[in-house]
Amino acid sequence: MNVDVVVSVAVSAIAYGTPLVLAGLGELLAERSGVLNLGVEGMMLIGAVTAFFASQVLPGPGWAVLIAAIVAAAAAGAALALIHAFLSITVRVNQIVSGLALTIFAGTIGLSSYAGQVWGVGGQHGLHQLVKLDVLGLSGVPIVGPILFNQDAFVYASWGLVALVTYYLYHTRFGLYLRAVGESPRSADAMGINVSRYRYVHTIVGGAFAGLGGAYFTLAIAPIWTDGLTAGAGWIAIALVIFAFWRPGLLVVGAYLFGALSSLGFTLQANGVQLPSELFSSLPYVMTVVVLAVASTTMAQRRIGAPAALGVPYVREEG
Amino acid sequence: MISIERSLVTPRWQRIALPIASLFIASIIAGIVLAVSGHDPIGTYQQIYDASFTSAGALTATFVYATPLLFTGLAVALAFRMRVWNIGGEGQLYMGAVGASGVGLLLGGWPQPLLILMMMLGGALAGLLWAMIPGLLRAYLRTNEILVSLMLNYVAGLFMYYLIYDSTSYWRDTTSASALVFPQGKDLLPAADWPGIAVGSFTMPFGFIAGGVFAVALLALIRFTRFGFEMRVMGDSSAAANYAGIRTRRTIVTVMALSGAMAGLGGASQIGDFGHVLDPRGLQQAGYGYTGIVVAALAMYNPLAVVIVSILIGALTNAGFALQGPTFPIGLVGTMEGIILFSVLGGEFLGRYRIRFGRAPEPAPSVDDEAGAEVAR
Repeated sequence: MNVDVVVSVAVSAIAYGTPLVLAGLGELLAERSGVLNLGVEGMMLIGAVTAFFASQVLPGPGWAVLIAAIVAAAAAGAALALIHAFLSITVRVNQIVSGLALTIFAGTIGLSSYAGQVWGVGGQHGLHQLVKLDVLGLSGVPIVGPILFNQDAFVYASWGLVALVTYYLYHTRFGLYLRAVGESPRSADAMGINVSRYRYVHTIVGGAFAGLGGAYFTLAIAPIWTDGLTAGAGWIAIALVIFAFWRPGLLVVGAYLFGALSSLGFTLQANGVQLPSELFSSLPYVMTVVVLAVASTTMAQRRIGAPAALGVPYVREEG
Repeated sequence: MISIERSLVTPRWQRIALPIASLFIASIIAGIVLAVSGHDPIGTYQQIYDASFTSAGALTATFVYATPLLFTGLAVALAFRMRVWNIGGEGQLYMGAVGASGVGLLLGGWPQPLLILMMMLGGALAGLLWAMIPGLLRAYLRTNEILVSLMLNYVAGLFMYYLIYDSTSYWRDTTSASALVFPQGKDLLPAADWPGIAVGSFTMPFGFIAGGVFAVALLALIRFTRFGFEMRVMGDSSAAANYAGIRTRRTIVTVMALSGAMAGLGGASQIGDFGHVLDPRGLQQAGYGYTGIVVAALAMYNPLAVVIVSILIGALTNAGFALQGPTFPIGLVGTMEGIILFSVLGGEFLGRYRIRFGRAPEPAPSVDDEAGAEVAR
């Protein structure tokens, strides 16, 4: 019984954590280049509604439709990120306000809601959903089977992306340059690195990742579209980047911890624990506050922190 | 020779011209969005105008939305001007509504002027205390106040739900059988209704007038007091504030407190001016706290300008609710607000630079944007 509970918490932790992994990874890339993008929530919502719409209207076999829907969601997220990239890199406006503008523009009562209304996907039930795979026929193995070998392709892809981003950041020249751009754009520029180009590319790729995270909501977690269905996941993803000290490996740990918290309420209630549902629902948010506070003291003590140029526009010359 | 250079001061005329130009550009971009999605832009703008300004009733409706936006706009304008990023106006407004309705219920028998004062105090205090969580964390642990204040919006929303839908709290109406099946808040006594000023069939809410007074008071605080000067120094450069011996921690906490109190007053006005009952759903649907960011940015973080801009954005929000339906879906409100914000940001950029004809002068010392460095805590 107890083992079953642990396994079911772990399984739902992965389900709810996957969008956080993807969106967080995207934000991590953008922030590593020195661009803070607070528009994650908006980009996720646009990704979610775009993926859902595409999966409803595109013809063809299920797998092809799903791939197209995922690509569309990534493209939609990237397109939104482009607005933020232009405003914060080229026009050099305040990145906080620009990111907030992006979330208001695309958010719960913004473009994502409008698109859902124009496309008429509000009350529809999803036609195509990602299916759980039986990897190597091992899904029946106790405990590790359901956790490791019985996920959908998206989850495995997210693990692949985490490995890829880690390798990219720490073992390629581009990754080294990226970190240089985020820490000291002036020296990077002197080395002949195109600071603006690095920032554009990583902000836009970050947006695509956020779009993917949003797509997971409508293609895997629940086959419906409702306004604001991400319920703050985009903001938690931004917090996770800080909590993970801008490192992809820690980000995954954090994302799954928060995934577990998000689903803890259902699990406990299913096991007869009687507490107000609002208490459980507020857990991820309260934990974010606690974790941020703890992380800020740790960062101060160990002198580790954000990319030094995070949020600061790079100006080569003035005059 | 033509060169583009950075101007260190914004000419006074630009402070008025830029928001107007931004609005104009935003209406063109929004018009394109409307046309692309199969709506008639001119017709839609006409509808917004008709629903918000053409009759006394429409104008009254506009002020219903302008009043909370005035308070949340002031909350954001004050905080953002000082580079304290309080995104928690939404939650602080909820807590203000909880506080003011609690006081209103508790002191129902008091004489009206005193009761109104106590409700305002209750709302302001509740919003202030809620803002103290991100404020103190930011000041003493350097915790990112953007994320903390935002997370607390969700917590405050859930707390309101708990009070009305999931408990038998003091706020919930438990007197009738139907109220137990369909949970709702307790109605306040008539003495707790804030008296609006009627001009013909147009009613100016009490809260809007109070908000105007607070706007003037905030402007005076920022412009003419020593503390306001310290806040402005901190807003322009926290390093300079440190060198000057300004106690930045105390300043951050005070800015947060004032900002939270303003948003809390917005919540109190929701109870006293309009709702007369704690209605979690209605408050959450409206999203006044987030819209306050749009109001403050368009007002270029000037408290007096917030008064005027709150009416404009109030009209847009009113149209979103009044015209709700296929011709003007609610999603258009946020879309347009976002476009307005983008335009304002672009406009600020234009204001920062000027085109110079003739010989380029010696380059001015570069003033790097310091805001970002604070972001990354």
